[in-house]
Amino acid sequence: MEKTATDNANGMVYKPGSQVMVDMLLEQGVDTMFGYLGGVVLPFFDKLYDAPINFIIPRHEQGGCHMADAYARATGKVGVVVATSGPGATNLTTGLATAMMDSIPLVAITGQVRTDLIGNDAFQEADTTGITRPITKHNVIIKDPAELARAFREAFYIAQTGRPGPVLIDVPVNMQVARCPVPPKSEITLPGYKIRTQGHSRQITNATQAINESQRPVLYVGGGVIISGASDALRQLAQKANIPVTMTLMGLGAYDQTRPESLDMLGMHGAAYANYAVQKCDLLISVGARFDDRVTGSLETFAPHAKIIHIDLDPSSISKNVTVDIPVVGDARQVLEAMVELVEYRPRKEWFEQIAEWKAKYPFRYDRNADVIKPQYVIEELYRQTNGDALICTGVGQHQMWTAQFYKFKRPRQLITSGGLGTMGFGLPASIGAKLGCPDQTVIDIDGDSSFNMTMNELGTAVMYNLPIKVCLLNNGFMGMVRQWQQLFYGRRYAHSSLKNPDFVRLAEAFGAVGLCVDKKEQVPEAIEKMLKETRPIVVDFHVDPEENVWPMVPTGKSLHEMDGLDIFEMA
Amino acid sequence: MKHILSALVLNKPGVLAHVAGMFAARAFNIDSLAVGRTDDPTLSRITIVVIGDDKVVEQVRKQLGKIVSVVKVQDFVGQDVVTRDLMLINIACPIEKRPEIASLIEMFNGKVVDIAQRIVTVEIAGPESKIEAFIEACRPYGIKGMARTGTVALARQPRPSAEF
Repeated sequence: MEKTATDNANGMVYKPGSQVMVDMLLEQGVDTMFGYLGGVVLPFFDKLYDAPINFIIPRHEQGGCHMADAYARATGKVGVVVATSGPGATNLTTGLATAMMDSIPLVAITGQVRTDLIGNDAFQEADTTGITRPITKHNVIIKDPAELARAFREAFYIAQTGRPGPVLIDVPVNMQVARCPVPPKSEITLPGYKIRTQGHSRQITNATQAINESQRPVLYVGGGVIISGASDALRQLAQKANIPVTMTLMGLGAYDQTRPESLDMLGMHGAAYANYAVQKCDLLISVGARFDDRVTGSLETFAPHAKIIHIDLDPSSISKNVTVDIPVVGDARQVLEAMVELVEYRPRKEWFEQIAEWKAKYPFRYDRNADVIKPQYVIEELYRQTNGDALICTGVGQHQMWTAQFYKFKRPRQLITSGGLGTMGFGLPASIGAKLGCPDQTVIDIDGDSSFNMTMNELGTAVMYNLPIKVCLLNNGFMGMVRQWQQLFYGRRYAHSSLKNPDFVRLAEAFGAVGLCVDKKEQVPEAIEKMLKETRPIVVDFHVDPEENVWPMVPTGKSLHEMDGLDIFEMA
Repeated sequence: MKHILSALVLNKPGVLAHVAGMFAARAFNIDSLAVGRTDDPTLSRITIVVIGDDKVVEQVRKQLGKIVSVVKVQDFVGQDVVTRDLMLINIACPIEKRPEIASLIEMFNGKVVDIAQRIVTVEIAGPESKIEAFIEACRPYGIKGMARTGTVALARQPRPSAEF
């Protein structure tokens, strides 16, 4: 083993690069990480072998990246993933882009070929920093041993400060064996990396004045509230000033949905009462949300009567899609806490009566009398049996929207889902990462059959590490969301939107997990009970109505109040 | 409207690619881009000319500011700035036309940097409008090639100074 050497001249400590990498992870408090071995990360792995770090091997680097991402989402800590050069690094890209879009703090470490081989099309060489530049908050390749320690410290700092995001460090294998200096830890200063956390006091005064004057305000909150830990401040503001709250998909959990002020999710598949409230409000207070196209519908007619306040840490989010009247650049928690002091209670009786009327008239609904298993019913039953307490992960598609509609989230970090990028296959690896981060919570992956098919090899990971995650598979035999679009907009021509699924029960068993198949409605409660009691990883394959749709729906390009599907279940 | 953005960036590999890649990824158009070191060897200045409405350019400016390796971004619109383009241009120049072309070059404060039997190479610097005017003036003789740096710019300091 290489020995640690101290250069007496300047007191600097020198160690092999691979040891510096491990030391830096420990210095940052990393106790769990994910990754897959490969040729040019062997020195690093050799040092990891002795480190007090719980190391999880996924079945594919993409899975590892999603696990680290979900670990970060569940705990608020930085997720760490390592992969080898070339294909290892390119397999990370979907995970990095997912984390980038949802502002998740992640540090990805990739091996790289020797510096003297870079650019020579060496074996397993890829231009990792070039490939990942647009899908990371920052990335760096180490070409000088003196930069290694600092790069790690800066990566963790950049990943978790400001608007968080993934940071990638590409470490050529010769840097891992080089003699690297380890300067003492000092405060990180990056020229040009400035974060304005405290909102401008005049803007905060303007915003609160607008709130106090408003007759029909709505709070529209996103994932930024969860990231900044602003849920308490949000609750205080909403209750003190008496304002209803609607959430984006990423914002679900920021506000207790069981409270009467909650308007649940807004947007393309949001609640009608949330969408109507936004379209009729005179003041829209956006906190940590970014006016995504899935939220706003047609921009021209979005919130047409409203003055808009936008509180966001990222100045580039402000007035990007919608012109904002009162921008407040700052950390959601700090800004909301300052605003709580200044807002006053207003009864807003008419506004709340109007909202109550919409809520009564247009709840989320489905055909409860159907003979087949409706996917919404499975989620409702799951919600009931878990007392709304489970930590839920999802894939992407119809099942994700039904989860957002029918599971009422109470606390931040309770829903882990790929919002911005919409990454199918996210659910299963996410549930593994979340379970590692929150071992005391019941972690359930509500998944679709097509999403599950993309990353189901990670069942092997759940079994290997004995992680009792629960896969609640809403199997409709289709790529349901695109099938819905084909039904509605392509004359029911189901072009390549279904798979031949494996026998999920035998598949689960082959991995060493438990499998269960449910194809009758009356079996659902018992199956969920079994699933919740099971101490091993379990997959429950619910054969649900193959052509059930997600309603309501704002078709692309329509205004938020022009929802289809509100009158479909008049029988309910 | 034309905006000149000036970005001070870390003088490190990949930074120019990051800036240029961000423009492409977000569908912003670059009219010209010039990059070079500054007096501080750790910093480079990228001068980017962007054509777009104020909202687009504001978004460009903010997105540039988000790149960790970008230290500072200025939009020079509405500011008093000195701008320069440098061009090398080859003009078809038979011997009998030399006096005529020489006086044209003189009018524009250009400089002959090379001369061959039938071609003269001219260096000319100035604001973009002057460069464009010179190109038009040369067109009748025949332009055999040209290379331009793109606009570079610095804000005028708040003290009397004259543009030369």
